[in-house]
Amino acid sequence: MRTDPGRSARGRGGDAAARLACSLLTALLTMLLAHRTAGAAEEAADGKEAVRFGADWRSWHANTDVTDLPSVQRGARNFASFCLGCHGLKYERWSRLAGDLTIPQDLLQKDLLPPGDKTTDYILTTMPPKDAENWFGKTPPDLTLMARARGRDYLYQFLKTFYVDPSRQTGTNNLRLPTTAMPDVLSELGGLKRAVFRDVMTKNEGGQFTHEQVFDRFEVIAPGRLSESEYDGFVRDTVNFLDYVSEPTQAARRALGVWVVLFLLVFTWLAWLVKREYWKDVH
Amino acid sequence: MAVKTATGAPAPLPADAAAAPAKKGFWAWLNKRLPVDEFITTQMTGYLAPKNFNIWYFFGSLALAVLVLQLLSGIYLTMFYKVGETTSFDSVEYIMREVSYGWLIRYLHSTGASAFFIVVYLHMYRALLYGSYRPPRELLWLIGMLVYLALMAEAFMGYVLPWGNMSFWGAQVIVNLFGTIPGIGPGLVEWIRGDYGIADATLNRFYALHVALIPLGLLLLVVLHLTALHQVGSNNPDGVEIKEKVGPDGKPLDGIPFHPYYTVKDVFGLGVFAVLFALVVFFVPTLGGLFLESPNFEPANPLSTPEHIAPVWYFTPYYAMLRAVPDQRLGALLMLFAVSAFLFLPWLDGSPVKSIRYKGWMSRTALAVFTVSFVALGYLGLQPAEGLYVVLARIFTIFYFLFFLLMPFYTRLDPVKPVPERVTYHAH
Repeated sequence: MRTDPGRSARGRGGDAAARLACSLLTALLTMLLAHRTAGAAEEAADGKEAVRFGADWRSWHANTDVTDLPSVQRGARNFASFCLGCHGLKYERWSRLAGDLTIPQDLLQKDLLPPGDKTTDYILTTMPPKDAENWFGKTPPDLTLMARARGRDYLYQFLKTFYVDPSRQTGTNNLRLPTTAMPDVLSELGGLKRAVFRDVMTKNEGGQFTHEQVFDRFEVIAPGRLSESEYDGFVRDTVNFLDYVSEPTQAARRALGVWVVLFLLVFTWLAWLVKREYWKDVH
Repeated sequence: MAVKTATGAPAPLPADAAAAPAKKGFWAWLNKRLPVDEFITTQMTGYLAPKNFNIWYFFGSLALAVLVLQLLSGIYLTMFYKVGETTSFDSVEYIMREVSYGWLIRYLHSTGASAFFIVVYLHMYRALLYGSYRPPRELLWLIGMLVYLALMAEAFMGYVLPWGNMSFWGAQVIVNLFGTIPGIGPGLVEWIRGDYGIADATLNRFYALHVALIPLGLLLLVVLHLTALHQVGSNNPDGVEIKEKVGPDGKPLDGIPFHPYYTVKDVFGLGVFAVLFALVVFFVPTLGGLFLESPNFEPANPLSTPEHIAPVWYFTPYYAMLRAVPDQRLGALLMLFAVSAFLFLPWLDGSPVKSIRYKGWMSRTALAVFTVSFVALGYLGLQPAEGLYVVLARIFTIFYFLFFLLMPFYTRLDPVKPVPERVTYHAH
């Protein structure tokens, strides 16, 4: 029953791809571990990076590519490490994830699968919904379809625009989703930022001038373990993974589409030749 | 036996077919019991269509093709879809992820819904261009309009079934329109919903109507539409009745057998359509939120209203009119008039010519203004109802209705051009 074209294609070159993915994952984990120690020191020295957080965050694009398998794999790892504690992916099975992302069974068991879960189980968070509601005021949403519901850019901007706000219960706030109930769980990686607002006078509809707080820039309070560009890559990988998970068949869909359209073009061309032949009789 | 065909020419008697020596064995046995040969002779090879059809004449056969696609893909979806407020959304995702090629079937069906309206709107526009609603085709036009109304009901209810947040809120807005009917309104709304809000009962009955009652009605209406077409014969871009110029054999000089000429031509048209259709299905199935809206990837939530509630694009011209009127009851009434105005076209158009080719500047201007208004209203219906958008919607709504209301006058005053005796056709 379950034979997606993308999967069966991967099945044929499965071994080589799995080995490649395995080594890639190992390399990446090593790299990340190395950065954990070196990154923080670099960041502290390079305070100028903060200037790059511009006021134009609304125009930031995720620019992710779901066919970039290593990126999606890294995103899966990020998700399991940082998101799964509160957010589930209730429409995706672990086995589906491992199959699509060519993650070998032993790595899946060792690094991703929560203890006690079967590979055919859906990816669910262990946080009890009732507790979550008590703690955060609302149950953290399931993220399977979030990339389709809100868009990749939204997720990217959301994860990039947390800032310190003592007036909030969580101590942080967000530009993309103001007053979000979600704490800045990635601050250990991305660091803590302060948002600087400008006071802008605007004329309202009644012709009166009003003061408005407009976001100007971020300033780093405490750098995280990752440099800004590393954190950016981290967020992009995570968004890329969420994009994959929102429609796991999308790569297979496009791949199949090319053949379907080519077939239809040939069919249409032949149909036109037949039509032309018949219509020679019509004067 | 004087069988009259659509073209008015006497049909070849069934005896002719029976007399052919080749027709023996099973075929002869079959035809004694079922008029297969007769049907093919009268409706396909003997149905004479004008030879000057242009690109606008593809959309009828395309609508039929999309209808078949929707029926087949829809039946396949019902094998996996589980109706119910706790199961609908999940089962759609199950289809998208776990059913073999379920995503393809679902995208075929969702893209098919929009494609249906695209081809039907173009098919109707063809009638506006060439006066296909004029006598003797009034009933053909009316049946076609019933197809359009049935299609709107079918699409609306189908849109509710995935039980996404826009499904829920769209249903809320549309069903509440019935509440504006004086007196019986509130009771009627409750009766339609089967509950005090859009709920499980509503979803279940919409499912029943979407998969059983309305498709049956649609099929019946399409059969009637085709029967009426073959009775009166097709119009053509010149608006000239081909039956009025017959040859010595009693057949229209400008008619050619539907089969094989138009079957091969329509297969080519179907190919072009299929390429465009496949490009959407495989590369942009949501078409930037036009064919599948992003709020519908979140489950129905009565506590969370989407930022802008807008119906799918094919309803937005009417939705813009609804919002253009400050009073909801008047707005709903205006919507009703806007849709039903098409029904009166055969009696509003008083032009001595049928086709836009021979109509004068008045009719041409009116149709152009109407076209712009309809498209603009469609765009405005997708935008938030505020500021300039509402003002523009009001202006275009007025132009929309002026097209119909002034038609009896401008079509009669219009300086028309002489209509040729025969259709214009240049062999390629």
